[in-house]
Amino acid sequence: MTATVTPLLRDPRAQFGLTVTDLMGEDLSTALVLAEISARYFGEALRRHPERVVNVGIREQLLVNVGAGLALTGMRPIVHTFGTFLVERAFEQVKLGFGHQGVGGVLVGGGGSFDASTSGRTHQAQGDIALMDTLPDVVIHAPGTAAETDEVLRRAVADDGLHYVRIVEQTNTESFAGPGLHVVRRGSGGTVVALGPVLDEVLAATAGRDVTVLYAYAVRPFDAATFRAVLTSPEVVLVEPWLAGTSSRVVADALPDVPHRLLALGTRRLELRHYGTPAQHQRAHGLDAAGIRRSLDAFLDA
Amino acid sequence: MDNFTRLLALMAGDEKHDPASYSTLDVLRVLYERVLSVSPATVDDPRRDRFLLSKGHGPAAYYAVLCDRGFIPESWLRDWATFDSPLGHHPDRNLIPGVEISSGSLGHGLPLAVGTALGLRAQGIDSRVVVLVGDAELDEGSNHEALELAAALGIDALTLVVIDNRSSSYAVPGRIASRLATEGWRVSTVDGRDHDELQAALSASPRAGAPSAVVATVLDEVAAA
Repeated sequence: MTATVTPLLRDPRAQFGLTVTDLMGEDLSTALVLAEISARYFGEALRRHPERVVNVGIREQLLVNVGAGLALTGMRPIVHTFGTFLVERAFEQVKLGFGHQGVGGVLVGGGGSFDASTSGRTHQAQGDIALMDTLPDVVIHAPGTAAETDEVLRRAVADDGLHYVRIVEQTNTESFAGPGLHVVRRGSGGTVVALGPVLDEVLAATAGRDVTVLYAYAVRPFDAATFRAVLTSPEVVLVEPWLAGTSSRVVADALPDVPHRLLALGTRRLELRHYGTPAQHQRAHGLDAAGIRRSLDAFLDA
Repeated sequence: MDNFTRLLALMAGDEKHDPASYSTLDVLRVLYERVLSVSPATVDDPRRDRFLLSKGHGPAAYYAVLCDRGFIPESWLRDWATFDSPLGHHPDRNLIPGVEISSGSLGHGLPLAVGTALGLRAQGIDSRVVVLVGDAELDEGSNHEALELAAALGIDALTLVVIDNRSSSYAVPGRIASRLATEGWRVSTVDGRDHDELQAALSASPRAGAPSAVVATVLDEVAAA
């Protein structure tokens, strides 16, 4: 198991505020663009760097293109609101403002699939990773802890390409350091790939089964080399806490010459129309430990 | 035959093309000949003035002006929009020297211009940012997010040029100028064919604390169509 890093804070979203405030002090080319959401984490950044922090109000199309405009002048924009408004609402701005202009930036989407469990579909972004994955050369991160959030943001801001960072309240117990797939457990009866904050559920679901468990918070690019190297049987199970099947293509692309079977678990294509807690939503999508175990047993014992 | 008639004819092939059928030509000429501080030698200079063509469709007049000013060679015009040409029916900033944004989908230029102006301001660069839109393009709601913020933040390096050739559906006469004025923009309305009027409006020293807009009315094109 890879060495762990002590979490700086427990809450990834608060860590996002702390790390970005820190980075803005270190790197004068950084700029932060907000649309009201999370503004409470950036009071200090605004006081210290009023010329580099812009709150555009409830204007998400503008949010993204202001970030792109800043990038056109050579700045490194960090652009943030809930993932559903950042990526799903303003996707053409992401595609054209960043992708087609050929400029980079760090898009940070909050909320994910389950955080806003009482708010309904309007505040849940299950399709954000799939949408971002339609663009060329996007680096996609789904940190599972505050420490991973800190690591990802520092790396993304230091780079010059387009990055998407998905920050949610659901966390894993253990932190891992660095991009690529981490081998959490080795086995011979199948390979389970956990992406982002689903590792605790995957470890509970695979307890007592002879399977390899891989974990990454680097969603794209996918670490195909490690994946191929540790594969011991043709059974592959993907578990990702966003739209089911989002990463099926990278598994297929990694194994063009290897006959394999794939079970792709993620959020289901349905209008759930229930409220309650994030845990209840995970369960409804079959992404709690028991649900994953049921799917895993049916697949591996078939 | 003036140089623009000749350059436009290169792109139009054998068809006879009257420069008057290009609604943006006069504004573009005045900007590049009399207003903007940018040249082929300064396309990468952080302190250059920025011109963003938001209304990216029908860019022939833009290409003709860029060619006339020496940004692109005349040889590019004849085979524009062919597979290997840098010149498409919508311009791409990654392929054409001097082009600040890739446009085509409407309603992106003004928001990008607001971000550009904020980026220059944050870096202490006092260059101007001029963005050109069409009156029908302002139907896109994204523009309204941008024009509100530009006024609220007092982005006075920013100038919006609206080519008003009455192509918007559901237009209300005078709406564009009054909307901008209501938000706090400094607005003038001029004849989009009159170079001296355009120059005066586009060169006016920006009012500290407010962005400026020039509504350039171009109606002869509509009459000819």
